[in-house]
Amino acid sequence: MSEPLLSVRDVSKSFGAIKALGPVGLDVAEGERLGIIGPNGSGKTTLINCITGFFRPDTGTISYKGQDITRLPAYRRARLGLSRSFQIPHPFTGMTVIENLLVPMDYGATSARKELENAEEILRSVGLAERRDHPAEQLSQLELRKLELARALAARPAILIADEAMAGLSEAEIDDILSVLFELNRAGVTVIMIEHIMHAVMRYSERVICLETGQVIAEGSPEKITSSPVVQKVYFGEQTAR
Amino acid sequence: MIVLDLALNAVATGIVLGSIYALLALGLAITFGILHIPNVAHPAIVIAGAYAVVVLNRFGLDPILAGLLWSIPFYFIGLAFYEFYARSFESRGGGNTLQSLTLFFGISLVIEIALVVAYGTDLRSVRVGYVGESLRLGTVAIPYRFLVPALITPVVVFLLWLYLSKTNTGLAIRAVAHDERAVSVAGVNPTAIKRHAFGIATALAVIAGAALVITGPVDPFAGRIHIGRVFAIVVLAGMGTIPGTLAAAIIIGVAESLVMSFASPSWAPGVAFAILLATLALRPTGLFGGVR
Amino acid sequence: MTLPRFALVAALLVVAGLFLPMVIPNPYYFYAGYVVLQYVVIATGWNILGGYAGYTNFGASAFFGAGAYAAAFLFKAFGLPLIFQILGAAAVGMFLGVATGYLTLRIQGVYFAIATVALVIVLETLVHNTEYLGGASGMTHIAPPPPAWFGGQTQFVFWVMLVIAACAVVLARWLELSWIGRGLRAIRASEPAAESCGVPTLRLKLLACALSGGVMAAAGAPYPTYTSYLDPVSAFSLLIGLNALAMPLIGGTRNWKGPVIGALLLASVQQIATVTISSEFNILAVGVVLIAFVVLAPEGLLGLKSAWARPKLRLSGAKP
Repeated sequence: MSEPLLSVRDVSKSFGAIKALGPVGLDVAEGERLGIIGPNGSGKTTLINCITGFFRPDTGTISYKGQDITRLPAYRRARLGLSRSFQIPHPFTGMTVIENLLVPMDYGATSARKELENAEEILRSVGLAERRDHPAEQLSQLELRKLELARALAARPAILIADEAMAGLSEAEIDDILSVLFELNRAGVTVIMIEHIMHAVMRYSERVICLETGQVIAEGSPEKITSSPVVQKVYFGEQTAR
Repeated sequence: MIVLDLALNAVATGIVLGSIYALLALGLAITFGILHIPNVAHPAIVIAGAYAVVVLNRFGLDPILAGLLWSIPFYFIGLAFYEFYARSFESRGGGNTLQSLTLFFGISLVIEIALVVAYGTDLRSVRVGYVGESLRLGTVAIPYRFLVPALITPVVVFLLWLYLSKTNTGLAIRAVAHDERAVSVAGVNPTAIKRHAFGIATALAVIAGAALVITGPVDPFAGRIHIGRVFAIVVLAGMGTIPGTLAAAIIIGVAESLVMSFASPSWAPGVAFAILLATLALRPTGLFGGVR
Repeated sequence: MTLPRFALVAALLVVAGLFLPMVIPNPYYFYAGYVVLQYVVIATGWNILGGYAGYTNFGASAFFGAGAYAAAFLFKAFGLPLIFQILGAAAVGMFLGVATGYLTLRIQGVYFAIATVALVIVLETLVHNTEYLGGASGMTHIAPPPPAWFGGQTQFVFWVMLVIAACAVVLARWLELSWIGRGLRAIRASEPAAESCGVPTLRLKLLACALSGGVMAAAGAPYPTYTSYLDPVSAFSLLIGLNALAMPLIGGTRNWKGPVIGALLLASVQQIATVTISSEFNILAVGVVLIAFVVLAPEGLLGLKSAWARPKLRLSGAKP
């Protein structure tokens, strides 16, 4: 098997006395569709923040394309091709939709000459073309989610980490986002999906990891995860109890 | 020996000075430290409180008593103040820091100028029996006009700490800053809790004003020099810990007092700023702050 | 308007300013006009950090005062001409901006704002304790006679301030159009998102601090020449810090026009008001206007204008 694209080794993170994550380890292969599930507070977002550089892990290493990136600031990782979308959309207000996409293009490693054309193409691919010149603050919830993805794509990522990109959306809208993500993966982008919406993450992922209190408690194909008694206990049990 | 006496005196004065600073900073420890509202108008409210105390003192009322009396109307003023702030910003989905800072900056100006318009720019002071006398312990002498207000602080700190850590409302105030949703799930209205906390902070400002005006006369702009200082205290304390606020204030008081004795009084205003910057650079969680 | 054309218009205005002394004989207009232009520079400089990047600086007067004292020092110590005084002042302002920013910006914007409040007090304390700079009572500053062309010192410093203003506005305009401006706006909207788009947020903020501080300090540099006298109270005046904040907020903070409009408007009104009403009411009025704008029109006058225009925009794109 070839070297993994992204590799997390023994990474842990504590906030004061509270251990939020780990130690955890995981590998992501190039072109993979990986799902990460787990109840609230299980460390999913902490893990992403460690991978993308928003938190510095207390222990462990993170390497990407064979390079140790554990100490790299977030913006450098973004330039290397690690892109993320946020759980709560963070649009660049005060800019138009198309301008939002120009930010990662301006600061990205690849100096694309045809910035505007590329940005327009990305907008078309996520279905935001007609909102091109609207201020970001006028978008609907679904459109904001799409903008979040579009902006992540504009950085020409090798890995896209989608943090609950579908929370609060209707079934039709979820299908919409999923097809964008499938399209993306077909184009060669590795996708890590953090999601609460079970049927979506199970439909999308090739492999699923379940986190609980900062630890990986199960890993495998969607079928295996769905039928795993451990996962059912912490995750599905929690859901049915509500 | 003279140097030692000077140092002893400076430390004693510093402790007394520090505990008065703590009183000034307590309100801010609630608004900024716990609620994360950057209330730069707090020192101006303290001065407004000092003027209110001066007014009652003219009728012969003891300034501390006057401060206690005023704390009730000031509590309600604080409620109104928070309501104005919340309606302007929080309802809009939490205004940005720039806007809320600007609002409080504007409010502090309006308070200052309102005082100028009402009372002029002359210094105002209170009359108390013990002005001019000092407590002497060996070579150390502490004027009563500093000692008396400094003695209020431990009482207020203790009561406030008790309130915030032992009563349900106090615990709700702490909780609301951490997780607004959790509090509302628990059946408490987060806005009402924050409003109440802001009211307490404003009531504390008038007590601080009473203490400040006993130490010496004030003018309408007297609060300005304290802005850097009180924020330094709250940050150094580690945002919102009440006993920490007292300790941080005493550290700053002693540092200033030493600079005053061994360098020059005109350097003192820079001390708090230097400590603030050093804290932010070296230990942004403060001396006594735990997890954010 | 493209940037070269914009710069050309600014240059033409500067050249036109050379001929103003021939058209307007009364030096009072230059005396008052100087203050208005000075505020155009201060507001524009403030807006580079405060408006574009969204970081509040309450201590504009610290930068202004530092610039004024740096200029006075360079003149007293080395007899440097005004142009070098201005450049030196700008360098001091840039350094102050970076130093304050570096110490506080890594944590949260609130701390930066508070540090700037305290910065004013510290610099004032420093000047109070520096005998060489005249201490609390101030120092006289007898500048060499101005070029004969201008017919007077006031007319000369007015023109110098016009040059600084033109440079400041062109700089602001350039920033706005460049990748730097886009990065700063991204920071203003959301720092985590900006960072995850590859924007080096800390470096960019420090750059904005430096440029903003440099421009505001440059605004203070000709001040000793203008008044022939420099004292801590007027150099670190609260009104400067307040106006620096109020002018962009009143005009609008999103682009270069806002601070310019705000400064022209507010400074002109103040110039008229100082003749007629007391300075306390002057400050009070600014304070009230500031509160009103922050609460009712947070995007300033320009924001009000585009709020009117916005419904028209909606018609073109159908809302789902």
